[in-house]
Amino acid sequence: MTRVADQPSSGKLAANIMHFARVLRGAGLPVGPASVLDALDAAQSGSLRTREEFYWTLHAILVKRREHKEIFDQAFHVFWKKPKMLEQLMQLMFQQITRSAGDTPKDPGFRRLAEAMFDNPETQSRRQEKPEALELDAALTASASDILRAKDFEQMTLMEQMQAKKAIALLRLQRRETRTRRFQPNLAGDHIDMRRTLRQSLRSGGDMISLARREPQTRERPLVVLCDISGSCSNYSRMFLHFLHGLVNDRHGMTVFLFGTRLTNVTRELQHLDVDEAIAKVSAAVKDWSGGTRIGATLKEFNYRWARRVLTQGADVLLMTDGLEREDTVQLATEMQRLRRSAKQIVWLNPLLRFDRFEARAAGIRAMMPYVDEFRPVHSLDSLADLAQTLGARTGAAHDPRKWMGGV
Amino acid sequence: MSAVPKSIDETAALLKANGYVAGRDLATVVFLALKMRRPLFLEGEAGVGKTEIAKVLAEGLGRRLIRLQCYEGLDISSAVYEWNYAAQMIEIRLAEASGELDRKRMGQDIFAERFLIKRALLQALEAPDGIAPVLLIDEIDRTDEAFEAYLLELLSDYQVTIPELGTVKAAEPPIVVITSNRTREVHDALKRRCLYHWVGYPDAKRELEIVKTKRPEAPAALAKEVVAFVQSLRGGDLFKAPGVAETLDWVSALHELDSVTLDPQTVNDTLGVLLKYQDDIVRMEGSEAKRILDQIKDEIRTAATTRVS
Repeated sequence: MTRVADQPSSGKLAANIMHFARVLRGAGLPVGPASVLDALDAAQSGSLRTREEFYWTLHAILVKRREHKEIFDQAFHVFWKKPKMLEQLMQLMFQQITRSAGDTPKDPGFRRLAEAMFDNPETQSRRQEKPEALELDAALTASASDILRAKDFEQMTLMEQMQAKKAIALLRLQRRETRTRRFQPNLAGDHIDMRRTLRQSLRSGGDMISLARREPQTRERPLVVLCDISGSCSNYSRMFLHFLHGLVNDRHGMTVFLFGTRLTNVTRELQHLDVDEAIAKVSAAVKDWSGGTRIGATLKEFNYRWARRVLTQGADVLLMTDGLEREDTVQLATEMQRLRRSAKQIVWLNPLLRFDRFEARAAGIRAMMPYVDEFRPVHSLDSLADLAQTLGARTGAAHDPRKWMGGV
Repeated sequence: MSAVPKSIDETAALLKANGYVAGRDLATVVFLALKMRRPLFLEGEAGVGKTEIAKVLAEGLGRRLIRLQCYEGLDISSAVYEWNYAAQMIEIRLAEASGELDRKRMGQDIFAERFLIKRALLQALEAPDGIAPVLLIDEIDRTDEAFEAYLLELLSDYQVTIPELGTVKAAEPPIVVITSNRTREVHDALKRRCLYHWVGYPDAKRELEIVKTKRPEAPAALAKEVVAFVQSLRGGDLFKAPGVAETLDWVSALHELDSVTLDPQTVNDTLGVLLKYQDDIVRMEGSEAKRILDQIKDEIRTAATTRVS
């Protein structure tokens, strides 16, 4: 296999590359037929001598994202040489098929690859059987809805929760827009559009020149959501996820992270159109539902790994957590400060605000409060609806975090 | 103009001859990009030498470098072309004055190539004397999706469509290098048209080679210590790890200060060259810098003694 490119016309290389591409595609890499042709071209470019060069050639064409390198790497080694490893993989699969529930292998990339190489019956029947959905009126009748609207999510019956979810699905965030430096035609715009002016003047043969005008375009600001799923707020975060699902499918530029003891990006999972399927996918992706919480540590991970990638172009942050940090509050304050510097605006949603006599006493809450722009409740339909409507509009004193810091 | 290299070895030699120390992986990708006439998409942290590749290619191949720095709101009139409105107005007035107003001809006259102001991307399609330039589209992640989408036509067919004039196609396709710092994910449709490569931090051996190539005046012992220090910083817990560019800056700074070897005081005084975030500097100052310094000096000493014995 080391001298791959020496027999380009044998036709075997073409077939092999094609099969290799199929394996990658099965493992989730976006490899189209055009890439296969490119790969073949590149492999036949005539100057490949070592295995390493062959590796980087295929890598340059078939890998388009950094995170795919891992999968590619394993697939390459399995496919293009080591017959022993293929055997091991077969054996691994065999064990998994015979045992009803095999324990998860350590490497997720390996697992995905294994599933792609051999059709695994286990993966196909993984979808849950959903019971027939009850017919419910999503719009809610007036009197019943008033009670439901103010009710705490945690105190709802299963039936009420389902109704609430339906109502949540209809909530949409008000658009908060920023001016860009691009322009669009507008009769009453402030700027003169010379290109259109001249083109229009030609219609009249240049006799009359009427000015065409334009105005700056606006665009939605990106929104990053950090949602706590630790034991103390997991009930609210489940409801909140339904809300987020609606938003993710409604607008561009949203990124959603869940955190308990570790940080998970679930944006892709939430993009699934069906809400139940999306939530199931999210649950599968997250390992620390209802566990402990390390707000400072996970915020740090966010700041170091993600902030520079997602907090660009004037992004806002929606932080949903109760702020009950069990670890170092100094670190929490440092990380909040850093977050403050890279985000345009931070809105803190705290389910603890459901208590009438809530006071900002906990050390974690006091550490975070100085860095947020708005402090809001998220425990009921009303609070979510309020959030959806007034986020971004100047709300004045109602959600000013300073209000909570003064009394203690 | 020198010819395009014919093998990976030649590519590596070409890069090296122009002061760029590339690994086998990067040389392979650059060779393929030249051979297959595909744009090269380089992604990586700031300061690892992505932009430098385009410069070195232009120099090594004796071609003109056209650079387009991307920013938010970059639009066609500043990146591709613009009509010279003032000249067009004068043309209309002149035609009026001489009384020869023919609408159809006027349309052709007004939107003719002589009224076109060519910007970077359109210039890149020109190949005077058959020598196509190197086009560097720098930090594409800073611009928006709309501009990315506009690039698709240019990158796949090397042509630009101007509604009033028609399609301008490159006689000789330019060598295109696109860089991204990954402050956001660039769309797959654009990446699909390119050869992708992630440029990472170099290992100690290659970084030392880079320092020796780019800063030959610095003492060898100093270079070795600097590289070891920077390498151990990258492994640590920093908000922004220093890139190769910072290493080179630091070597220059230390050399300017006439240091022959690293000592805690100089490190503290010059940390600002290496680290660009206040938190990082505070963390490294004092004892932490000294600890790392002692550690790398130990390592260098052990490496030296084992070689002797």
